[in-house]
Amino acid sequence: MNGEAGTDRADTSGARRTHTAAPRRMDVDALLDDPKTRIVVCCGAGGVGKTTTAAALGLRAAERGRRAVVITVDPARRLAQSLGLVELDNTPRPVPLPRPALAGGDGGDPDSGRPDVEGRGPGDRDAEDPDGEDARVGPGEDAATVGGSGGDTDDPDGVPGDGAHGGDDRAGSLHAMMLDMKRTFDEVVRRHADPERARQILANPFYQTLSTSFSGTQEYMAMEKLGQLRESGDWDLIVVDTPPSRSALDFLDAPKRLGRFLDGKLIRFLSPAGSGAFRLLGAGMNVVGSVVGKIVGTQFLNDLRSFVAAFDTVFGGFQERAERTYRLLRAPGTAFVVVAVPDTDAMREAAFFVERLDRDSMPLAGLVVNRTHPLPTGPGAELDAERATAAAVSLADSHPLAVAALRLHAERVRTRERERLLCDRMSSAHPKVRVTEVAARAEDVHDLAGLREIGSALAGEER
Amino acid sequence: MNEREHGPRGGGPGEAFAGARLHIVTGKGGTGKTTAATALALALAADGGRVLLLEVEGRQGVASLLGSGPLPYEERRMLSVPGGGSVSVLAADAEAALLEYLELFYGMRRAGQALTKMGAVDFATTIAPGLRDVLLTGKATEAVRRREGGPRATDGPHHYDAVVMDAPPTGRIGRFLNVNSEVAGLARTGPIRSHADRVMSVIRSELTRVHFVTLLEEMPAQETRDGIAEIEALGLRTGAVLVNMVGPPLLDEADVAEAVAGDLDEVALADGLKSAGLADPERLSADLAGEVRAYALRHRLEERVRTGLADLGNPLVELPRAEGRMDRSALTVLADRLAEQGVRR
Repeated sequence: MNGEAGTDRADTSGARRTHTAAPRRMDVDALLDDPKTRIVVCCGAGGVGKTTTAAALGLRAAERGRRAVVITVDPARRLAQSLGLVELDNTPRPVPLPRPALAGGDGGDPDSGRPDVEGRGPGDRDAEDPDGEDARVGPGEDAATVGGSGGDTDDPDGVPGDGAHGGDDRAGSLHAMMLDMKRTFDEVVRRHADPERARQILANPFYQTLSTSFSGTQEYMAMEKLGQLRESGDWDLIVVDTPPSRSALDFLDAPKRLGRFLDGKLIRFLSPAGSGAFRLLGAGMNVVGSVVGKIVGTQFLNDLRSFVAAFDTVFGGFQERAERTYRLLRAPGTAFVVVAVPDTDAMREAAFFVERLDRDSMPLAGLVVNRTHPLPTGPGAELDAERATAAAVSLADSHPLAVAALRLHAERVRTRERERLLCDRMSSAHPKVRVTEVAARAEDVHDLAGLREIGSALAGEER
Repeated sequence: MNEREHGPRGGGPGEAFAGARLHIVTGKGGTGKTTAATALALALAADGGRVLLLEVEGRQGVASLLGSGPLPYEERRMLSVPGGGSVSVLAADAEAALLEYLELFYGMRRAGQALTKMGAVDFATTIAPGLRDVLLTGKATEAVRRREGGPRATDGPHHYDAVVMDAPPTGRIGRFLNVNSEVAGLARTGPIRSHADRVMSVIRSELTRVHFVTLLEEMPAQETRDGIAEIEALGLRTGAVLVNMVGPPLLDEADVAEAVAGDLDEVALADGLKSAGLADPERLSADLAGEVRAYALRHRLEERVRTGLADLGNPLVELPRAEGRMDRSALTVLADRLAEQGVRR
C-alpha cells in the first residue's frame, strides 16, 4: 500500500505545472486549486469508491482553501459515515475540520495557533456570523499557505486564489449533504405551481411514486440540487457523487429521459390539454386508450390523467431548469472525474464514460483508479513472480517466513501485472486520459484522517 | 424468521437453497453478483437440473461473462452440465416482458406494439417503476410456476427446477421485490393489481430465497446487514450470504500476528532471502516486510468482517477469487466449490 510513491512523486514534480511529462498523470491539486473549477462530477460503476473519492476531493479542496460542498445521492449513507457525521439531510451541513496537519504536505508552517473549534467555523460563517470570518483570516491564510504550495517559491500556483477571491476565502471550508430526492422534488413543484395546484400534485399517487422511486428521479434531482447550490453562490466548489445507477451513463441520460417522457406523446394524449393531438391521431388513440384502460384499470388512468393535468402547468419551468443544469455540465467550470477499480467490468464502464464525455464535449479531468496494488519501490519492484516463486521453492522448508513472503510477493506481482494490463489497455485506447491511482488500503476509510490520506494519494503524494 | 432466534440452522449452507425454486441474488455493486448468480445456476443444475438464469438489469452481464454477444429476449440454453443438467439464460427487459404479457393474457400483440410506439414503455418504466418491476418479477415467477405441457397444465413436472435471478443491487432490492405495495398505491383494482398479487404470492412463499453477495470488506458487509434486515422486515425469506472473491491464506497465523504488531523478523527474512541467492537481501527484506504487513492488516480486517457476517445467522458460503479471467472453466470451479459446501436443489 505504500509503493508507487517514488514514481508518482517523480512524475508530479516534473509535470505539476508544465503538463509536459510523458506519463499522463492527473494533476488533482491543479484541478482543485484552480478557482475556475466550480463543479467536479465523480462518476463510475457501482462499488468503485465514487463516494469516498468525492468526499476526499472535497476535503482536500477545503484544506487547500476552497469553500467546498460535497453532494451525495447514496442511500447507503456512506458519505455520512466517512465524514464522521451521523446523518446528512437535504441541506449542506458543515463538516468539522480539524486543523489540517499537512494539507499540501509540501509546506512547512505548522500553524499551531489554530484552535480545534475552528473546524466548526466555516458553516457558522455561512449561516450568520460575518465577524467570525475576520477572526479567522490569520489562521486561514496560514492554512492556505500550507495547502497552497507556499513553500515553493518558484511556484506561481498560489496566485490564482488571490486573484479570484479575497484573502478571506483562503480559509477553506467543507460542507456535505445527502440528497433527499422527494424533498427536492417537492421544492421544485412548490416553486413552479400555485399553492392549490402544488397541493394537488403532491397528493397524487403518481407523483408519490414518481418522486420516490422513478429510477431517473435521483439523477434528475441531483442535477436540480446541483443547479440550486451553484446559483446560491455560497460555495466556490461543488463536488457531486453520482447516484449508484445501473450504468454510469445514467447520470447523463436519466434527466433527459424524464424530460422526454414528460413531454412525450403518451402524456399529451392522456392530458386533457392534449386533446388536439388526440383528435389528429383519431381512432388509433382510442384503441390505445382502451388497451391501457383494460390493463391498468380506469381508476389508475384517472389518477394519471389528473396528475398529468396538474403537472402540465409546472412542467415548462421544470424542463427549462433541467436543461439549464444540463448545460452547466458542459460549461467550462465543470470537470468530470471518472472513477474505476482495476477490474474488467469497472474499466469497461469507465471507458464507456470517457467516450461519452468526449462525444458530448464534456470536460474530463481524469480517471481515478482506486484500490490498486503497487509494488514496493526498492529491489522488490525488480523481483518478478517467477523468480520469487523459484526462490521460495529453493528454500523448501528452511526459512518459512521468507518462503511465505516470497509467495505473497509473487501473488502481488501477478495482481499488479493484471492491473497494469487493464490500465495500459485504457491508455492505449484513450491516450489523452490522465490517470491517478489510489493504492488499496489495509482498512476501509471511515473518518476524515482516512479521507485525507486518500486525498494525498489522489494528488500523487502517497507516502 | 425463526432461525434468527434459534441460531443458524443445523443443516449448513445447503439448507439455504434446498427446497427453494426462485433464488434472488442481490449484493452491493462491484461484489460480483452476476458471477455468483451464474455459478449458483450451474451448481443447481447438477444431477440433471434444469435451471433458468434470469437477468433483469439490462446490462447483458451474463452475455459478457460467457463471452457471447448480446442476448435477445429469449430463454436460450447456454450451458450444459455433466449429468444432463442445463442452464438457460434470459436477459429480460421490461418492454419485451410487457409485450409478452399483453399477448399472453389479452392476445393483444398488435396493440402492444402500438403502445410501444406511443411511448407506453416509457409509461411502464418511467412514471410507475412499480409496473416495470412487476413485469420483471412477473417473468421470474411465471418461469417458476411453468409446467411441462403448456400454459394450462396444472400438475405436470415443472419446466424449470430452479430459477436464479441476477437481481438489482441491495440499494434497490427491497423496492424491486415489494412490487405489491408499489403497485397497490397506483392500481387498487384491475388486472395489473391481480397480476401483482399473483407475483407477490410466489415471492412471499417458501419457494423464494433472497441471497446476498458480499466481499470481505466493510461496506459490502454493511449493505448485506442492512439488506437482510430490510428483506426480512418485508416478510420475505433470506437465504445464504455468498462471500465472493475470497483469497487463499498466504501467511500462517503467527506471522500475521507478528506483522500486524510490527514485529516481523526482518533479519530472519533477509537471511532467508540471502539463502535463496537473491541480491540485496536487506533492502529486499524491507520491501517484502512492507507487503507482508499490508497483507496481514488486510487479513485481520477480513477476519473481523467474516465474523460479523457469521453473526447474522445466515449460512455463509465462500467463493474463491479467480486467478485471471472469469470464463466457463473458472465458473465451473466456483460451482464445484458451491456444491462442496452443500449448495443443492
